[in-house]
This record gives sequence, C-alpha cells and structure tokens, in this order.
Amino acid sequence: MEKTGKSELLVAALENGTVIDHIPSDKVFDVVNLLGLTNIDTPITIGSNLSSRKMGSKGIIKIADRYFSEEECSKLSVIAPNIVLNIIRDYEVVEKKRIAMPDQVRGIVKCGNPKCITNHEPMQTVFDVVDKENGTLRCRYCNKDIHKGEIKLL
Amino acid sequence: MDQTGRSLISLEGLDREDILWLLGHAAKFEASPNSKILDGKIVATLFFEPSTRTRLSFETAVNRLGGRVIGFSDAATTSSSKGETLKDTIMMVSNYADLIIMRHYLEGAARYASEVSPVPIINAGDGANQHPSQTMLDLYSMLKTQGRLDDLHIHLVGDLKYGRTVHSMLTAMRFFNPTFHFISPDELKMPEEYKEYCRNNGIKFEEHTRFDEETIADADILYMTRVQRERFTDLMEYERVKDMFILKNDMLRSAKENLKILHPLPRVNEIAQDVDANPHAYYFQQAKNGLYVREALICNALNLLK
Ligand SMILES: [Zn+2]
Repeated sequence: MEKTGKSELLVAALENGTVIDHIPSDKVFDVVNLLGLTNIDTPITIGSNLSSRKMGSKGIIKIADRYFSEEECSKLSVIAPNIVLNIIRDYEVVEKKRIAMPDQVRGIVKCGNPKCITNHEPMQTVFDVVDKENGTLRCRYCNKDIHKGEIKLL
Repeated sequence: MDQTGRSLISLEGLDREDILWLLGHAAKFEASPNSKILDGKIVATLFFEPSTRTRLSFETAVNRLGGRVIGFSDAATTSSSKGETLKDTIMMVSNYADLIIMRHYLEGAARYASEVSPVPIINAGDGANQHPSQTMLDLYSMLKTQGRLDDLHIHLVGDLKYGRTVHSMLTAMRFFNPTFHFISPDELKMPEEYKEYCRNNGIKFEEHTRFDEETIADADILYMTRVQRERFTDLMEYERVKDMFILKNDMLRSAKENLKILHPLPRVNEIAQDVDANPHAYYFQQAKNGLYVREALICNALNLLK
C-alpha cells in the first residue's frame, strides 16, 4: 500500500475491519459480488479509479468490523491475484494478507467451453488450478483450460 | 483406477499395470467370448448422441456374457428432449440398471453422471473429450499384433488437431516408451498443448507434412484418421491436401513386416480399397477386438474380474 495520498487517509479512517487494496478498477464490483458485500450491514466504502503508482488506476474497498476467512479470500485470486487485504484493528494495520491461489475453484468461474456439461446442467463448476503462477484453470468436466484474462465469473 | 467408484470416464487414472491387467482380461474374453458371467445383470446403454457402431459393440458384449440390455439409441426418443436434466435421467435409469454405458454430445457429461449415479458409469464418448474404450481397443490391437506395447514406432496420420482418439492414445502410451510420428496437413497439426504433454512426459515425436512411402517405412503401427472438410477454415487448403493423406497400396512397399494399419472407423476414403486385401491391413479385426475389450471393461466396472 502507498504511504502517501488519499488511499492512506481512507485506511486511517477505519477503526476495525478490512481494507481490500490493489483491486484492478474494472474488478471492484466482482470483488463486491464474490465476497457477498451486498448482504453485509456494517459500513462499506468503495473507491474506484483511484490513482496508483504501481497500477495506474485501482480500487479500494473498506469494510468496517468484518474479517474474511482464507476460503473467502482465495475466491478473489481468480479475478485479481495481486489484491492485498489489510487487517485493521484499533486504527492500525496489524496484518497484510496476500491471497493465495487455491488448488481448486468451485462454483465461482464459468467454463468457457459452450459444449461443456456445466453450461447445460444445473450444477456447480469445478476447476483444478493447474498453473498457480499463470492462473490457469482446468475444467474438471470437459478438461479445457481457462487462462488468466479469459476468466468469466458465473 | 478412476476416483469415482468403478466408473470408467477417462484413462487418465490408469497406470501401466492397470492397462496391462485390463488388456490381459480382454485376451481371456477373446479366448472364450461367451459366458454367463453377467447372468442376472441389467446394463443400460444411454446414447444421447447416436453411434450405432459403438452401441452395437457394447450391447453385443453384454449379450455374449448373458446380461440384459435396456436403453435408448437417440436422445430424440427420450425425456431429455423434453428438457429433463441429465441428472434426473441418470437417477431414473440407475433404479433399474446395474451399470450405465453412456454416450453424450456434451463434454464432461459422463464425469458428471458418475458423480451423481449410484451405479458405475462407462463413458462411451462425451463430445470431443474422451472415448476410453476406443483407446483401449487400439492398445489391445497393438499389443496383440506386435506382442508388446513397449518401444513401438506409432505413426498417426490425418486429423491430429481434432482427433480425440489420437490425443488419448498419447496419454495412454506414456508408460510404454513410444516414438510417435505426427503426419498431417498444416491446418490439422497436433496442437501445441499435446506436444508440450509429450515433452513433459519424455515421449519422443517427429512431425511431418508429407505422407509417403518413405515417411512410414519404419512404422510398427500406422494409425489413420479422417481428414474432414468441415474441419478446414480455408477450403482451398482442403482441396489442396485432401488427396495427400490417403493411404494407397503401393505406399506399403517398403513397410516393415510387422506393420499393422489401424483406423477407428468409419472410413471414408482415407484408406484406398485396394489396401483392404494387404496383410498389413488390420482395421476390421481392430473393430472386432473392441468386443473383447468392452467385455473386460464391463466386467471390471461390475467388479467381476479377478
Ligand atoms: Zn468445462
């Protein structure tokens, strides 16, 4: 996280909770959906198109009084592997969590193969992460690979 | 063996010993193809996509072993044409049958069926994805004619881009130190991901765009596939290459004595009629081998092999 500029002010304003930083601007609402933030009743601040030295433009989401499990965090890896979660307690960043690609992705991503059974049956998709570095997923059903950048959420 | 009970969805989960063990049982069925081992068993053949050849082979296998067959040969005659889910069809049929053999036009259909079904599933083809019994009968034909699977020179000819049988052969042969020759028109070359697979698994291969007497002179197995017009984006290219990947009898003059020609059938024109009488031709016997291999796969799925 940058030490200067507005983003620091946004973090400083939170007493307890999570600040999700370094979200690509076009993925902010994907993060909202994946974490189910529309169903949370604590204060949430969403910032998008903020200037970032590293990324050019980025998004930040602040969620008061809410922390996320490893499982919830790992969901985010399929859309934005460089996201950082700042854990805030008593106005201090007590932990910076980088997210790890899981071994398997269930029910988040849509298979890109129109002839795949998962696109025709009411069923959960399952992908094995075959290349964590490059973010390549392989559909457990049709065996087709999805590369980073081609990933579409359900 | 496969993770999902005794289902056979792909050959991925089989190791060298599994493959040789199943082929050994196929040989026993060839020695005595008729028995009562399936007496009292009901096997469902669910062909959501028609494939007369494969269905007849499986159903003959069940009948020769004393089992009974229920099922359908075309999705148009079933409730799935009325919008029933695959899961519901499988659950319904599994009330009646001890084993389900299914072919489906959607990729991954058999894997999904095996996850929801209380009875084992044999995949008889799921779209462009897997067709394990075809690969097993190809392997059986190679073993039977060559006396071994190890160290063979296998020449794959024709459509190597879309041909699912050639792709699963690469996977299944990784335990047997093969040397592959990929012979195809440029547009239908072996995809990079499969060549990468070969490199990662130490499988030797060479690529050729010419199909002639010389290219096949050191082959033990010549595996022919169809070059289909609809696979080409450039029809000029199709017109140019369509006659270049046809096997003619005079191309076999320098062939090794043990060479056998395989083809998954049906053939269109990629093997000239005059090759049929050549002792190297093996594709009709190959299809017959499918019966013994399927007898073994069915009995294995029902846990009847020792
Ligand atoms: Zn798929």
